[in-house]
Amino acid sequence: MKENTGSIRRIFLRWEWLLVVLIIVVAFTNTQLSPYFLDGSNLLRTTSDFMEIGIMMLPMVFVIVTGNIDLSVASTLGLSASLMGWLFMGGWNIWLAVGVTVVVSVLAGLLNGFLIAKLKLPSLAVTIGTLSFYRGLAYVLLGDQAARGYPESFTFLGQGKLGDTGIPFSLVIFGVLALIFGLVLHKTTFGRYLFAIGNNEQASRFSGVPVDRIKMIVFVLSSLMATLAGFILAARFGSTRPDIGSGLELIVITVTVLGGISIFGGSGTMPGAILALILVGILRFGMGLINLQGQVQDIVIGLLLILSILLPRFGKQLTARSGWNRATVFRLAGAMTVVVVFGIFFFWSRTLGLARH
Amino acid sequence: MIAEKPVVAEPPERRMVQLVVKFRETGIIVFIILLSVLVTLRNSAFLSVENFQDILLNISILIIVALAQTMVIITRGIDLSVGSMIGLTAMMVSYTVSAFQGMPVILALPIGMALGAVLGSLNGLLIAVGGVPPIIATLGMLSIYRGLVFFYSNGVWVNAYQFPAGFRELTKGTPLIIPNLILFALAVIGAVYLFLKYTRAGRDIYTVGSNPDAARFAGIPVKQTIFRVYLISGLLCGLAGVLWASRFEAAQTNTALGFELQTIAAPVVGGVNIFGGSGSVLGVILGGFLLGIINNALTLVKISPFWQLAAQGFLILLAVVVDSFILGRLKRAGSRRKR
Repeated sequence: MKENTGSIRRIFLRWEWLLVVLIIVVAFTNTQLSPYFLDGSNLLRTTSDFMEIGIMMLPMVFVIVTGNIDLSVASTLGLSASLMGWLFMGGWNIWLAVGVTVVVSVLAGLLNGFLIAKLKLPSLAVTIGTLSFYRGLAYVLLGDQAARGYPESFTFLGQGKLGDTGIPFSLVIFGVLALIFGLVLHKTTFGRYLFAIGNNEQASRFSGVPVDRIKMIVFVLSSLMATLAGFILAARFGSTRPDIGSGLELIVITVTVLGGISIFGGSGTMPGAILALILVGILRFGMGLINLQGQVQDIVIGLLLILSILLPRFGKQLTARSGWNRATVFRLAGAMTVVVVFGIFFFWSRTLGLARH
Repeated sequence: MIAEKPVVAEPPERRMVQLVVKFRETGIIVFIILLSVLVTLRNSAFLSVENFQDILLNISILIIVALAQTMVIITRGIDLSVGSMIGLTAMMVSYTVSAFQGMPVILALPIGMALGAVLGSLNGLLIAVGGVPPIIATLGMLSIYRGLVFFYSNGVWVNAYQFPAGFRELTKGTPLIIPNLILFALAVIGAVYLFLKYTRAGRDIYTVGSNPDAARFAGIPVKQTIFRVYLISGLLCGLAGVLWASRFEAAQTNTALGFELQTIAAPVVGGVNIFGGSGSVLGVILGGFLLGIINNALTLVKISPFWQLAAQGFLILLAVVVDSFILGRLKRAGSRRKR
């Protein structure tokens, strides 16, 4: 996929700069929408909404760089938060519950890693299975109950501030972890191995890279960070329901891919991923300012995910100046017509229906 | 010329795959029988005709969509957006039929299928023409289509009393003794079976999935084939959306939320190869049937329904692991024979 990143750089110089420009544009729009956007404490408060996503994004960068994917992160988050809450409701000391949950989390990561690294099963199929399995276990534990009543020492994880500064404690955790993950990815042998595996797994194996062990480690890391995110989210809410954090895998993967991490593995940077996190964060904040429903905001997130892959490819095709023959134009025109007809029907039936209700 | 009977014997790999399929299907049948015996011992109501019909009604929509998912998986793809496509078409069709009470309700079917086909072809365009990996394209579309459900409806549901009188009969009517919903599933099963077995476009799906490069060299329109499976997936989701709204007499913003997991579980449990290239209609039906029996059995033997999701995930993992073991065994056996 070397060729691919090369062309991205040719078009946008660097993906990261594009993200910076987008961040500035969105931030400027936000200041126009609300004078309170640039208020320091306000901004800091909103960061805590994204720290769980950020913490899960860090190992997701590793996973995707090696050419794999982990769809089970949000379910691992749910299982961890539920197990911890279930144990706590059963009268356990909260920190003992946290400790046991961490052990289970390692096991959950090992299961993913074992199936993918040792049995050579595709990560997509395995983590779809564990997505269902781990979330299912969360439901088995809590059912329709909610665990609540966590002590303040625990809720500090998600609600605490650093002294009088107003800096959320979760932001500090994320900052430290981001620094560590970034250094590991770009400055250590382990990080270079990750890229090597993503570029050519067979070749790395032949040159003595412990591929299987590294994959195991990566999936255990992914599970552990999802568990940490689960603790922070449960602490922030002050309660746990078994559906906690469901669907977050979408945003985590979106942010990672938007950050310029190639979905085919082998390329990407940690600063890029962090910039993408900031972009998605302020974008959601802005959409909140204009009162868009959460689910409607997801339309924009989904579009971002697809465009971040489509645009570089499209740009490449344009520069290659190929594929624009008559048949392509006709097909495009046909597709446009279908979409327009669909759109007309969409809005027409919507107005009719909404008028009736 | 290609359709002529091959003179040479089938390659060993092909035979291996068929062996696996046979083994897997027998395995599930044995599993289903064992499970049925166990559940019947605990609760004899399991073997009644009513319960059996209940299971079939519950898995009809699942099997329709699982067959679409199967075609996608055979081409080495995946369609995560099926649940959202069902939700969106169910909502749009429900708004339409409730706005035009006098309209013949049967028209809901072609409308739903057309809407679904548009949604599916957008997926197909992104994947086949845009070169976006299926997982990314359909994951993005999952949230876009679901978001559109909310945008479209403003969160306002369509309830039973707002539907025209005949709409529920679309699935619940029994002009041919068996409920219509089951007949719809049977019709789709038949159509998909014939399509995959006897049409060139259907055979192309297998060829593209087992070796895309070879398919390209053989002159098979790879991009069109890939586009087509996503279009069919959307079309069948559109049908499923109409049936869903009719069966549950409601269109909600969370209709079929998370349904994609079940539609992936059924084929994977039924022996459809996750690496693409192979899978049978019978296997998918058995896989869907097994999932249906498990859900039904949980209630009958009074195990918490919350086990359902975990059991499903466990089955996916089990199936994937079993497949890899069988394939590994067969490959080893095959190479030994060659030597």
